[in-house]
Amino acid sequence: MEEIVIQADKLTKKFGDFIATNAITFQVHKGEIFGFLGANGAGKTTAMRMLCGLSIPSSGDAKVAGFDVYKETESIKKNIGYMSQKFSLYEDLTVVENIRFFGGIYGLSDNEIKAKTEELVKRLGLTSVRKKLVVDLPLGWKQKLSFSIAIIHQPRIVFLDEPTGGVDPLTRRQFWELIYEAAHNGITVFVTTHYMDEAEYCDRLSIMVDGMIKALDSPKNLKEQFQVTSMDQVFYKLARQATRSE
Amino acid sequence: MKAVIANSLSKEYDGRTAVDKVSFEVDEGEIFGLIGPDGAGKTSIFRMLTTLLLPDNGTAQVCGWDVVKDWESIRNSVGYMPGKFSLYQDLTVEENLQFFATVFNTSIQENYHLIEDIYVQLEPFKNRRAGKLSGGMKQKLALCCALIHKPKVLFLDEPTTGVDPVSRKEFWEMLKKLKMQNISILVSTPYMDEASQCDRIALVQNGQILSIDAPKDLIRNYQNQLFKAKAYDRYLLLEVLKSLEGTKSYAFGEYAHISVEKGKPMDKALILHHLEANGLSQAEVDEVEATIEDCFINLLH
Repeated sequence: MEEIVIQADKLTKKFGDFIATNAITFQVHKGEIFGFLGANGAGKTTAMRMLCGLSIPSSGDAKVAGFDVYKETESIKKNIGYMSQKFSLYEDLTVVENIRFFGGIYGLSDNEIKAKTEELVKRLGLTSVRKKLVVDLPLGWKQKLSFSIAIIHQPRIVFLDEPTGGVDPLTRRQFWELIYEAAHNGITVFVTTHYMDEAEYCDRLSIMVDGMIKALDSPKNLKEQFQVTSMDQVFYKLARQATRSE
Repeated sequence: MKAVIANSLSKEYDGRTAVDKVSFEVDEGEIFGLIGPDGAGKTSIFRMLTTLLLPDNGTAQVCGWDVVKDWESIRNSVGYMPGKFSLYQDLTVEENLQFFATVFNTSIQENYHLIEDIYVQLEPFKNRRAGKLSGGMKQKLALCCALIHKPKVLFLDEPTTGVDPVSRKEFWEMLKKLKMQNISILVSTPYMDEASQCDRIALVQNGQILSIDAPKDLIRNYQNQLFKAKAYDRYLLLEVLKSLEGTKSYAFGEYAHISVEKGKPMDKALILHHLEANGLSQAEVDEVEATIEDCFINLLH
């Protein structure tokens, strides 16, 4: 039987009268690439914050990497990685300094950090820029470095919040190759995106509308279910029903 | 008259070239797209054409006016929607619109017909502060403000970045209506699927224009043979395809695309054989027509 790494049960978050996330239930398996889609304001960020242990739910249950989202938020944070376009690396530190900093934050030993630094710099082809400030790197390199740092402590799950905005199609694909590789090595990937072709790269995906999960399946099955040929059309059919926006 | 003429336009920042001898023309009533990633130089091009940044080299005209000498005339006859939200966050929807109308010596009533379709969606929130609007609504208000003085040319710098696919579709519908009113539009986007909505597109990378064409012609001019392949394990599929000589492969939606170098003989059977020899049986392979994204990737390789 497949190991479950995220289990959400009627997970709900209210802000006053507003139900941002409304009783969502789903499971994510080990090594799976799980796409978490929805229009702006559908409740994705709120749900993701609860799963990362950054926001306590109003009701419902969830376990992430086996830890409870109410009581064991610190353990959750140690067992996940997180990357978004808005926050990733310290731009006024060098490549190597960023690796050392995050390695330290995640509790790696000096020796581990040294070994990881060499491995990452070599694998990502950053040898010539290892002492350069991150601010001077092209966006695509930053994103690849940022992702590699987000999984530097071998987390069970990595959360990616719109990780690929604004890069060229080739760089975007190189980034996804890193994601495939991580998943292949058993790291579960939970990703939000506005690119519908990236939705196709996921093993399974959920689509949120007005705080609720309105569809959850593999891209192939969703396209069959909605009798369309692309994920873009699936998304359009569902999200058009939304009555609220951000 | 051409709406925009850029002639070998260049810009450097601290010795780093941001825009490198860029030349293109936008016809009257045309939707012209600048397609490229962040840092390609799109915003610098916009700022030079809207007279907010002086070019280091080259010349440009907008509506026949020179971007250096005739900046005042240009500012009066173009609308500019920058990539960053640039309205007054603590003014209401209506106050923002009123403000921009007044600055340009006109009134909301005078050009209401231009913004009517968009503004009716904003009207229920007209007393809300702009800073409290949702992303999609902010974008609609910014477009109204850029349109209120009836510009001849509209400059839209990444109007749909970070906007969900449904709102993006609606936005492009609006642009097509504006085109019908003979407004010329220069628009930039990192989304390849939006490129096909333009009359012509320029693919931009590292400050240079790689090609200018109508989307259909760009696809027609794609010369490589192209296949799509699918297997149960996508990671393995891409790994195995890396060793298929004379080809470049990349993920493409649920498939991998295999672009074959010119002059290299390749067919479905050869690819299937390579996959099977490397442990991927029951793969699906077919020849496929290129998309704009394939064209762009091909130019980048």
